[in-house]
Amino acid sequence: MDTLSSLADGFAIALTWQNLLLALLGCFLGTIMGALPGLGPSNGVAILIPLAFTLGLGATPSLILLTSVYYGAMYGGRISSILLNIPGDEPAMMTCLDGYPMAQKGMAGQALSLSGIASFVGAFFATWGLIFLAPQLVKIALLFGPAEYFALFALAFMTLGGVSSTNQAKSAFAAALGLGLAMIGVDTQTGVPRFTFGEVHLYDGLDFLVAIVGLFALSEVFIFLENRHGEADGKKEKMVIGRLTPPASMLKQTTPTMLRSTVLGFLAGVLPGAGASLGSFISYSMEKRLVDPKGKTFGKGDPRGVAAPEAGNNAAAGGALVPMLALGVPGSGTTAVLLAVLLSLNITPGPLLFSQNPDVVWGLIAALFIANFMLLAMNIPMVGLFTRVLMVPPRILMPVVAMISFVGIYGISGSSFDLLVMVGFGLLGWVLRKFDVPLVPIILGTLLGNSMENNLRRAITIDNGNWFTLVDSPLALTLWAIAIIGFILPLIIGRKVKSRMHERGDDEGSTAD
Amino acid sequence: MIFKATRLTVAAALFGALPLAVMAQDFTPENPECIAPANPGGGWDFTCRQVGKSMQDEGLLSKTMQVVNLAGGGGGVAYAEVVNKRNDDNDLIVAASTATATRLAQGAYPGNTMDQVRWLASVGADYGVIAVAADSDIADLPALLEIMKTDPSAISVAGGSAVGGWDHLKVLIAANAYGIEDVRKVKYIAFDGGGEAVTQLLAGSVQAFTGDLSEAKGFVDSGDIKVLAVLAPDRLEGEFASFPTAREQGVEAIGANWRGFYAPGGMSDAAYDAWVSKIADLYASDHWKEIMATNGLAPLDLQGAEFEEFVATSVQQIQDISREIGIIK
Repeated sequence: MDTLSSLADGFAIALTWQNLLLALLGCFLGTIMGALPGLGPSNGVAILIPLAFTLGLGATPSLILLTSVYYGAMYGGRISSILLNIPGDEPAMMTCLDGYPMAQKGMAGQALSLSGIASFVGAFFATWGLIFLAPQLVKIALLFGPAEYFALFALAFMTLGGVSSTNQAKSAFAAALGLGLAMIGVDTQTGVPRFTFGEVHLYDGLDFLVAIVGLFALSEVFIFLENRHGEADGKKEKMVIGRLTPPASMLKQTTPTMLRSTVLGFLAGVLPGAGASLGSFISYSMEKRLVDPKGKTFGKGDPRGVAAPEAGNNAAAGGALVPMLALGVPGSGTTAVLLAVLLSLNITPGPLLFSQNPDVVWGLIAALFIANFMLLAMNIPMVGLFTRVLMVPPRILMPVVAMISFVGIYGISGSSFDLLVMVGFGLLGWVLRKFDVPLVPIILGTLLGNSMENNLRRAITIDNGNWFTLVDSPLALTLWAIAIIGFILPLIIGRKVKSRMHERGDDEGSTAD
Repeated sequence: MIFKATRLTVAAALFGALPLAVMAQDFTPENPECIAPANPGGGWDFTCRQVGKSMQDEGLLSKTMQVVNLAGGGGGVAYAEVVNKRNDDNDLIVAASTATATRLAQGAYPGNTMDQVRWLASVGADYGVIAVAADSDIADLPALLEIMKTDPSAISVAGGSAVGGWDHLKVLIAANAYGIEDVRKVKYIAFDGGGEAVTQLLAGSVQAFTGDLSEAKGFVDSGDIKVLAVLAPDRLEGEFASFPTAREQGVEAIGANWRGFYAPGGMSDAAYDAWVSKIADLYASDHWKEIMATNGLAPLDLQGAEFEEFVATSVQQIQDISREIGIIK
């Protein structure tokens, strides 16, 4: 019960008027930043660091402000995914798959509230996990060597079929394209630049955000331009918003989904090399395998397809704090920024943080709970406001989307080269949508490809070129087994329902045109 | 190359002769800006933010220093930007470290060289360490290097930089000093940052770790890892005094990851002198000494011409090792 009394102390620290106001401010700003394409949680936190310094805040208030922004951005990312089919940040990508179809069916309000609740569930239980399991979870992170990481990434790719349902070949093509794009940049295992053509901007590889904003947001604008006299305009104006809160039956249906996804997402967050994107992806594809192996409803606006990635990515956000606090190793881009903040506040995260700075740790954890409740309270009533976006006619909305994309990307990198890359991705996205190639696997390939390759090569180098090192531990074998079952099972089931598959329409890639 | 080095030495001697104290103070940056050539969260970002904040706290700057993250190309994007577009900006400083020198030495900033910018000053150094897990049988640095010499495949060394990067070079410097002829046989595994590399050391995937003292500090305090050697000329002060140096174990290896700043090549002398003296004042303050102590930074007090010469020497050294291991021709 030591933990609970420490937590009570934490609440005593966090529950001051100043800290509550900071949390409220952080939640609000974070939600907005998360919703804007291009501005993700890590940029949101980075942008607000000077604010924390200029206000002269101490360690705990600064962390409260910045973690509220972090959680807020994780909540906010879903909004544009659902309403516009444009993910606000990387982890919110999976929410597009069922969120946007739900919005098209006139269930935008329900999708937003449901995903808000799922986010809450994910973040809430992940914070409890952080409290009770942080010391034990560190040991899980230590079980993962390069070989195990490689198996984990392989598992993610083998369940890719879960992403788009109709044409597996097109998914595979998209994933391969993403993997290819991931190869751009300096190869860390040899120090040699690959496919950079002497262009220094490409040395660090392609920025995922640039790719996402280009592929999703700009291609949406291009599609609109192309159809501007056609039905796209008319169709969207007729879009209905529907009721704003999910019915009890929907909540009941999605509760097991949220809980399962929370566990998966949290574990993915704890692993320093995985992060929130993998968390939301694995949550979605596993959930699909489990409840909808025949691919009948997922991808067409199944509420469970919205609940799973949202619970997963918010749980991963909590999970990612475990290695940051307990090992000083950031589990994601955002926690890397938070780590830097801790360092500049003269706090050294690491194995001794819990004993040396208990006030900071427990104040932070209490702040996470407060931020989480605030976000739920803030997000549900604001659903009505958000859905108004759908009422904006596309001829006004699309130029705004284009503007936000350009400003957002230039704002992060300050380089016009990235804008060109973004436009390039926009064109690529437009072409691929014409061919009904799903876009999500491209991002996954780019996002995970490098880590996958590096871990493979690390594992092989460590074992002097012995490939059997990849299946040398029980954990790696387990991961491979899950991956293979996940890959083969749908093929068998799929064959049985092949006749029924023809009835279904197209997947998410084509919904926009 | 020789000519350049000589010219720099002469320049250094001339500048060094001028007393630092009389340097101009009449320049005040209007919109002080610090470019961190990486994403938020890394060492350069930390350098910019910490120095900016401390300068304001100490009253050296009246305005908040704006920190701009200009990531890409391992600092190359920022370097090219400063050289090509902001060459005469008097309000701008850029965070740099040994990694900057390493990439300049290896020609990894295409078309750019170190004399295109003005090197301001250092704010400290992070000495390299070579460490093993706390329960490892290896007792000291010569023991580790002996295994690497007789059976190179038995030891995987993990570090946070890419192959050819500073973490890699440090272990090669030590191996070279011990008499390992073909340092290319040393098995180095690149991870994404020192934190991940230490984690893999704890997980038992690798046998040794090469990194900076500040990265290792938390894990030494918790008793998880054992520092075999610090690559410093003498034992460090304070809580780090218990770590043996490589030198005292008979391995003549020194590797410091310095942190400092450069400024645009066209910066006026008045502005350059003002920035140099601001950083010098900050460095001398007790506040900065505290920050250095908590972050495991060791003293490295070089300003102006002295610093410029120091960077030139370190670029030269890195070029020599890189050529030896075949990273550059």
